Amino acid sequence: MRYLPNSDSDRAAMLKATGRSSVDEFFDRIPEELRFEGPLNLPGPLSEPEILEYFRETSQRSAREYVSLLGAGAYTHYVPVAVNALLSRSEFFTAYTPYQAEIAQGTLQAMFEFQTLMTQLTGMEVGNASLYDGSTATTEAVLMALRVTRRNRVLVARTVHPEYCQVLRTFIRHQGTEIQEIPYEDSGQLDLARLESALDAGTAAVVVQSPNFFGTLERTAQIAEAAHRSGALLIVTIAEPLSLAVVKPPAEADIVCGEAQSFGVRVAFGGPYVGFLTAKEKFLRQMPGRLVGQTVDKEGRRGFVLTLATREQHIRREKATSNICTNQSLCALAVTIYLSLLGKNGLKRLAELNLAKAHYAARQLESIPGVITPFRAPHFNEFVVRPPCDADELLADLQKEKIIGGLSLERFYPELRNHLLVCVTETVSREAIDRMVDAYRRAAGSRRETENGGENAELVEAAMRRHREE
Amino acid sequence: MYPQEFLYTKEHEWIRVDEGIGTIGITDFAQKELGDIVYVEVAKPGERVAANESLGTVESVKAVSEIFSPVSGEVTAVNAKLQNNPEMLNTDPHGEAWLIQVRLSDRGEIEKLMTAEEYEAYIQKEKST
Repeated sequence: MRYLPNSDSDRAAMLKATGRSSVDEFFDRIPEELRFEGPLNLPGPLSEPEILEYFRETSQRSAREYVSLLGAGAYTHYVPVAVNALLSRSEFFTAYTPYQAEIAQGTLQAMFEFQTLMTQLTGMEVGNASLYDGSTATTEAVLMALRVTRRNRVLVARTVHPEYCQVLRTFIRHQGTEIQEIPYEDSGQLDLARLESALDAGTAAVVVQSPNFFGTLERTAQIAEAAHRSGALLIVTIAEPLSLAVVKPPAEADIVCGEAQSFGVRVAFGGPYVGFLTAKEKFLRQMPGRLVGQTVDKEGRRGFVLTLATREQHIRREKATSNICTNQSLCALAVTIYLSLLGKNGLKRLAELNLAKAHYAARQLESIPGVITPFRAPHFNEFVVRPPCDADELLADLQKEKIIGGLSLERFYPELRNHLLVCVTETVSREAIDRMVDAYRRAAGSRRETENGGENAELVEAAMRRHREE
Repeated sequence: MYPQEFLYTKEHEWIRVDEGIGTIGITDFAQKELGDIVYVEVAKPGERVAANESLGTVESVKAVSEIFSPVSGEVTAVNAKLQNNPEMLNTDPHGEAWLIQVRLSDRGEIEKLMTAEEYEAYIQKEKST
């Protein structure tokens, strides 16, 4: 198949059919001031060897030798080579939904295993065969809760990934559903008292993320209790599911969803990602997207089929469970291969490694006068830090050391000016952590020399106070 | 085949009215068209339903279909047996497998429904088209 949209003669035929003599005339209904003048700022066509050379050169310029301390919903983990080797097999190489069970047993079985693996991790009873990404999985979970409870109000923790919240708001802005944000307390966790007072008989769901956007764990059992007292569902969304290998699964929740990119899908220019959605079995018929079930054929042999497809849009049209969900079969397959390769013990050891490295980094940073890690709640591989100097200057300094030092939180949380979100996975060496800590130490040192007390002393005092409290 | 004491809708529901309470189900014709029924979901007691609007869904191996209420009113009871035995709808749609009971708010509504004879003539026509 050739990917050429149309030829000169195709265009001439189309113009003739529309009664226009040129493309410019065809577009003359668009007001002149809105039309782009002049040539597009694009390079000319290249030959195949030139294109290959261009990409080789470009890839060399990319920041491969940099150590990344960026997390915030996109996690840098090592991907075993077997993942890509298996993924590239032609039998698997389509992301499309395998509606024809008779020709797609391998793909269907892989999806069934994906569902099983995700439910084992989340402590839920049923899982679907993936969604588009963490943000849409969270949104679908909310829509599901609205259907289940037939209520119309949703409480969302301020500690949920801000981009997940944006997607959620975009989806439901025109259907009259009310969203109320619940603030966080000093510990970096959802404010339970504020949650209690916001819950009412019209609340369909409470949405929390754990570990949350600041990396800290939410008290999901207590939140579930409060939500259930009001007849609301608890939705727990998880951006870093590796945490589930060492953290107790939020089995008290009603829906556990999120992002599974951590499991074998590399971070790359904004995608692809892979969402998951798991729930209690009693909500099975309100689950969006594809589900793969295990059955037997007429000769009694085990087989796999798409199930509950009667609720999907190709059959139910506008009355479908969801008209906006999609799946990520190929990425879900990568997740399945990755989790199978690591196994239960391997995944636990990897999670422990992440935990140990992130905690080592946090402890080292805290020991520097003027450096503050404001949130005291337990964290997994991510935490918030306030450097002793201008955060942007520090990030620039770290970049010279070939370290991408973290995410500036002010962009999403104006109240957290000069705070960085730092993620330390197994891909960050001890040596790199120490170099990062040195940069903070240098910043603290030069600050002591150039400033005379004031805010600095106050910061040190605050840090000391926190240490005493611990 | 189609009980005389029932009234019928074009959407293939039946209703039997007793002292202001209507018992509602789907017809034998409907269950045959749907095929093996695997799940039933209807409005809860205390909820209000409106004539010609959905009061729930019936899911078969082929499709999920809306059930339209023949009358308006408040739900007084639902058939709990159907939760675990939805296949009853295939074996006894006019008896054991009733779906829901509604306290009628407008008795006039039942006058627009079909009698058994009218319904049988109606489905004969449906079958031939």
